[in-house]
Amino acid sequence: MKVTEDILEKLKKTLADPKRFLTSEADLYSFSFDASFGMYKPDVVCQPMSSTEVASIVRIANEYLIPLCPRGRGTSLSGGPLPVHGGIVLDFSLWDTKLVIDEENLIATVSPGVITSHINDAANEFGLMYPPDPSSAHVSTIGGNLAENAGGPRGLKYGVTKNYVLGLEIVTADGKIVRTGGQTIKNVTGYDLTKLIVGSEGTLAIITEATLRLIPKPQASLTAMVLFDDIIDAGSAISKVLVSGIMPSKMEIMDQSSIIAVEEYASLGLPVDVEAILLIELDGHPLAIEDEMQRVKSVCMNVGARSVQVAQDKKEEAELWQARKLVSPAIVKLKPTKISEDATIPRSQIPEMFRRLKLIKEKYNIHLVVFGHAGDGNLHPNIITDQRDKEEMRRVEMAVAEIFKAAIDLGGTLSGEHGIGTMKSAFMEMELGVDGLAMMKSIKEAWDPKNILNPGKIFPVKGQRFELRND
Amino acid sequence: MTNNKILQDKLAYDETFSCVQCGYCLPACPTYLAFGKESHSPRGRIQLVKLAAEGKIGFEDLGDSIDCCLGCRACETICPTNVEYGKILDSAIDVLGAFRKSQQSISEKVVRNIVFKKVLPNKKILKIVGTGLRLYQRTKADKVIRKSGVIKQVSPSLATMEQITPRIYKPESRENFQVNSKLKTKTKVAFFTGCIMDTFFARVNDLSMKLLEKAGCEVVLQKEQTCCGALHQHSAEKETAIELAKKNIEVFEQLDCDYIVNAIGGCGAALVEYDHLFEKSDPWFGRAKKFSLKNKDISYILSRMELPITKPLHMRVTYQPSCHLTNVQKIVNEPMELIRKIPGIEFTQMKNQDLCCGSAGIYNIVHHEESMMILDMKMKTVKDVKPHLIITTNPGCHLQMILGVKREGLESTVSVKHLVEVLAEACEVS
Repeated sequence: MKVTEDILEKLKKTLADPKRFLTSEADLYSFSFDASFGMYKPDVVCQPMSSTEVASIVRIANEYLIPLCPRGRGTSLSGGPLPVHGGIVLDFSLWDTKLVIDEENLIATVSPGVITSHINDAANEFGLMYPPDPSSAHVSTIGGNLAENAGGPRGLKYGVTKNYVLGLEIVTADGKIVRTGGQTIKNVTGYDLTKLIVGSEGTLAIITEATLRLIPKPQASLTAMVLFDDIIDAGSAISKVLVSGIMPSKMEIMDQSSIIAVEEYASLGLPVDVEAILLIELDGHPLAIEDEMQRVKSVCMNVGARSVQVAQDKKEEAELWQARKLVSPAIVKLKPTKISEDATIPRSQIPEMFRRLKLIKEKYNIHLVVFGHAGDGNLHPNIITDQRDKEEMRRVEMAVAEIFKAAIDLGGTLSGEHGIGTMKSAFMEMELGVDGLAMMKSIKEAWDPKNILNPGKIFPVKGQRFELRND
Repeated sequence: MTNNKILQDKLAYDETFSCVQCGYCLPACPTYLAFGKESHSPRGRIQLVKLAAEGKIGFEDLGDSIDCCLGCRACETICPTNVEYGKILDSAIDVLGAFRKSQQSISEKVVRNIVFKKVLPNKKILKIVGTGLRLYQRTKADKVIRKSGVIKQVSPSLATMEQITPRIYKPESRENFQVNSKLKTKTKVAFFTGCIMDTFFARVNDLSMKLLEKAGCEVVLQKEQTCCGALHQHSAEKETAIELAKKNIEVFEQLDCDYIVNAIGGCGAALVEYDHLFEKSDPWFGRAKKFSLKNKDISYILSRMELPITKPLHMRVTYQPSCHLTNVQKIVNEPMELIRKIPGIEFTQMKNQDLCCGSAGIYNIVHHEESMMILDMKMKTVKDVKPHLIITTNPGCHLQMILGVKREGLESTVSVKHLVEVLAEACEVS
């Protein structure tokens, strides 16, 4: 329904401070995008700072059938917060007022706008840690991370956001404030609504508070850089390390294109003739990881690594990770548009996935580089292009579709950590099947019968195809 | 369509495509943190410039967002894809400026003309302003006027700034710097004085030259130098900025010096980017580039020389870097290295040290309320350190920190000094 002046007036009154009610063209356009593709202008932006404000806004939206799109700081790579059907953008970035660490129970209670890395920083002060570490953690809000079920390099050992959520406070589609889960590690009372809501991308309910599980912070870490002449060997090394009984905290891979790009960009002295670099981080008791690193070394050498270099101190460790950090800026030097995918496969299929990606790269004649969280099968094939080049963009669209298909064929999934949003909804049926998707849809219809909560996400509309457009 | 093309050429439209909208700039942007809106973030501004270039929004929609940018360029330092934000911002300021000029009232045009074309580049007028201010302070007229509240009636922001005007010193006779010094040294430097700096902080300039000499440099002062043009550029007076740049380039080309040294973070940033004012095909481009490469902040030079520090200073110190020194000149560690060299000083970095203080040229006058929001954010972190002294490297930041100290009621315990003043004290130069 059209957002009339009358409705705008009512919405404005829900907020304690009218400054948190935005309607200027500049403001609307500034909230029309995220870090993915597509631009959709909302009718209004509200910046709530309490559950009651959110509930009041939702009740108005429910009454007048206005779409509601929750948004953190817009770092989403899947289009999660985009107001594809206009309506209200609920910007949670100001609501960072609650961050309480309960050290005795190892839990944190947070409001949705709290920056994710701040939770880990606060936990660190008590010798604790909040493990999920999306690369955007220093920018992104916990609310957005919960909605998209964000991951990160540490996912290999510690899992993704959903593994650390004990309870939530939510506002339902009809404006009720409800609590799910609780504060205990064990909690098997009834349906696990908490897990259902985490990763539902704002389509089932709006998260207004979260109770998160913390764990003791590992005492020490060690990092090694392993060079491989053959990327297939790097894939084997990943599997062999894991079956040898060692669980690294991070295992990141860079392919030759990434290495060359970084080297041209920053001259770190990386060897450009190797096909892959594997960065392995171990964490835990200092003596234990010392011993484990010896085993990592011999496993890697046995599968044909050229060399293994272990950082001797924190400075060297930072230098090794610098290479991985520079991949993003280095690759966009070639062309400005970067399409970062997060299709994920079972670890044993990593070598096969590399083979298929190589074929896709050649078939569509595109610039494709691969890096990412190899340890958990969450590769990031990145396509570097220029969105102004319409012809190339069409080839890119076809290549992306084929990457997804390859991942599903190999028993994998469309998304390891970015979510579905607008970017991957066209492929949902391919992974879930008709009935699987219908099952999810029936939940959506039960929770949000009027389809006001973040409409246009996750579920494809009939005949939808994958497009990368910005207008 | 052709209109769009012209506009896209004027605005840095192509540069906007380098932004992947990842949002990594958000935590570095003082206006985003203070105002809490995407339209006041670098990412939001880039998007708006792109849309304006495509004709999807009007200039009037762009105004508030661009006007409120401090131009601190912290976003450039943190950007993972190296977006040339400064270029995008400058282009938007120029286009907006041209658009507004067509709508300016005559009185506004007259005032701008006087300030930018007559006062700032004119040493004589600035000297008169300085003398006037000095007399104003010495005759205690300042106290009388302050009491009367007359300035407040005219402009509350000016009244605030008037209160923090530092004590104006008469510049020393600089005859001794006109001729080549007799010292046998390896490094010959020319000194850049700046206009506002040489009015409000002439003493810092005097001490700078003495310190340079004491550190073993031969110091030369070119009298014909003029204003750097930074304020003009940031106020959409690019033509005058170019005129001033040409004049400075010509003046310093006459010297065979190793470096051109200044003690002003903001001016230094303009000087090291003079080449950006000219098209690559312009014969001035090469000359500007050569000039830019010679320009260095005083901390860069002093940290590479033997500075005879003799006197320990026992105090707790924090440092507010100039954004333009950090993000444009990329001088980050040198000032802190120099501070740490002084025995007795207990140096503590404040949290988010690199966040702009909100001074930004004349931002604290034209956007007073916004500037104070940013300053209040900064002062919270200053107070955590409980310093006796805040060290700055730029006159704008210097005045702003004095104001911050005053707003917090800390005048009796916290002082503000330029790095050069502190080093001079430690080297017993006066």
